[in-house]
Amino acid sequence: MDFFSDIGYILANYWQDFLLGVGWTLLISLVATLIGLVLGLIIGIIRTIPYSKHKFVFGLQKVINFLLTAYIEIFRGTPMMVQAVVIYWGYAFMAGGQTLPLISSAIVIVSINTGAYIAEIVRGGINGIDKGQFEACHALGMSHFQTMVHVIIPQVMKSILPAVSNEFVINIKDTSVLNVIGVTELYFVMSVTVKMTYKNFPVYFIGAVIYFILTFLVTRIIKLIEKKLIGKKNYSLYTSDAIGLAEAN
Amino acid sequence: MEKEMIKIDHLVKSFGDHHVLKDITISFNRGEVVSIIGSSGSGKSTLLRSINLLEEPTSGDIIIDGKSIVKGEMDKKELATRVGMVFQSFNLFENMSVLKNCMIGQITVLKKDKTTAEQNAMKYLKMVGMGQYINARPSQLSGGQKQRVAIARALAMEPECLLFDEPTSALDPEMVGEVLDVIRNLAKTGLTMLIVTHEMQFAKEISDRVIFIDEGLVAEDKPCKEFFSHIEKERVASFLKRMNH
Repeated sequence: MDFFSDIGYILANYWQDFLLGVGWTLLISLVATLIGLVLGLIIGIIRTIPYSKHKFVFGLQKVINFLLTAYIEIFRGTPMMVQAVVIYWGYAFMAGGQTLPLISSAIVIVSINTGAYIAEIVRGGINGIDKGQFEACHALGMSHFQTMVHVIIPQVMKSILPAVSNEFVINIKDTSVLNVIGVTELYFVMSVTVKMTYKNFPVYFIGAVIYFILTFLVTRIIKLIEKKLIGKKNYSLYTSDAIGLAEAN
Repeated sequence: MEKEMIKIDHLVKSFGDHHVLKDITISFNRGEVVSIIGSSGSGKSTLLRSINLLEEPTSGDIIIDGKSIVKGEMDKKELATRVGMVFQSFNLFENMSVLKNCMIGQITVLKKDKTTAEQNAMKYLKMVGMGQYINARPSQLSGGQKQRVAIARALAMEPECLLFDEPTSALDPEMVGEVLDVIRNLAKTGLTMLIVTHEMQFAKEISDRVIFIDEGLVAEDKPCKEFFSHIEKERVASFLKRMNH
């Protein structure tokens, strides 16, 4: 019983399963982080709408803000593994035994969970923007939505990108809890392989190495994207009517 | 058109127990260049910021061309297109080029198409001497350049009145001149301008009228020449003495 020959045996016989697991893990965490980001941004835009003077609208805003806060607190305050079973079996319970397709369930669960975290990240980002940026938009007559879309969110994106990519890395690892509902992500593949081979340590060791490679690569790639987004430091003087205008847009 | 453009009627603004504007009644005529002066904390900036509702008045009324902006008789968009503002700290949009800064309001608020907005932006950027810098980002410019772009951005909306909130206070001394030159040229165009400033020589030179705000009240409101030649009130005299150091 040699450790390395075990590893060789597992890789030779189960590599396709592992590859599939990696695929689902990456797909679920990437899609869910992106949906979570969109959710977080939308919530950020809604929560920063100034309170209306109109009594009915004011009441409505209060209710919506309360619901959004409840959502964030609940999903940050319970484990994702519990959220997964509650949502998956809760849906089945309501639908009379009919379950949602596993992958859609997985993406929904991780998206909602990530959205709650990113909403708070976005709030921090918006709070960090200089008040003068909002005032300048007000002075130009821009609406709250226009202010957010054209001026505030683009600036927020830059500052929250590291925190959001961190969420992505966390999701790569945390999708492992989805094995409780039977999603064939990487951890699920590992546990099934163990059951078939009885080689606990070699299988989980391979899994650990794969998880590390995934998060390490993703972190590097995101660093590159961040660098790109910061943009160029130089600008060229505009001298003739022939050049420059297009570049400025 | 009516001569009187902006009428401020018993305006009061309080932040909690702190009454910044106590009871301001004053009016501004079309085409007038008015300097608003006074010591720090006197309420002059708050008065200016009330005129485009950056500060919501506690009580009293502000009427522009017969419509109360406080009671919502003029919607916020119309108010913003009629009254432009230049800030002490420029507040250029950091995520946009100089050109885009001067286009975004025209496109989103005035619904102009891109080509028209671009031409218009170029016109005003050239006017303030920043035509060469349209590709630059705000963070790449000096304070004086930023403020000139901010003026072009406000002008590109073609407002009837422009509010200047201490436009040179955040600038290094060597850059004050280039910004004052731009404002000086604007004064000749007949644009209504209300300028909160600490530059006394400048105020003396370009204003039609000078208003002295003291502890939330209008302490003095006189044509420019008269204001500087017959200083009656002791507070005004001591303020000017301090400013002329």
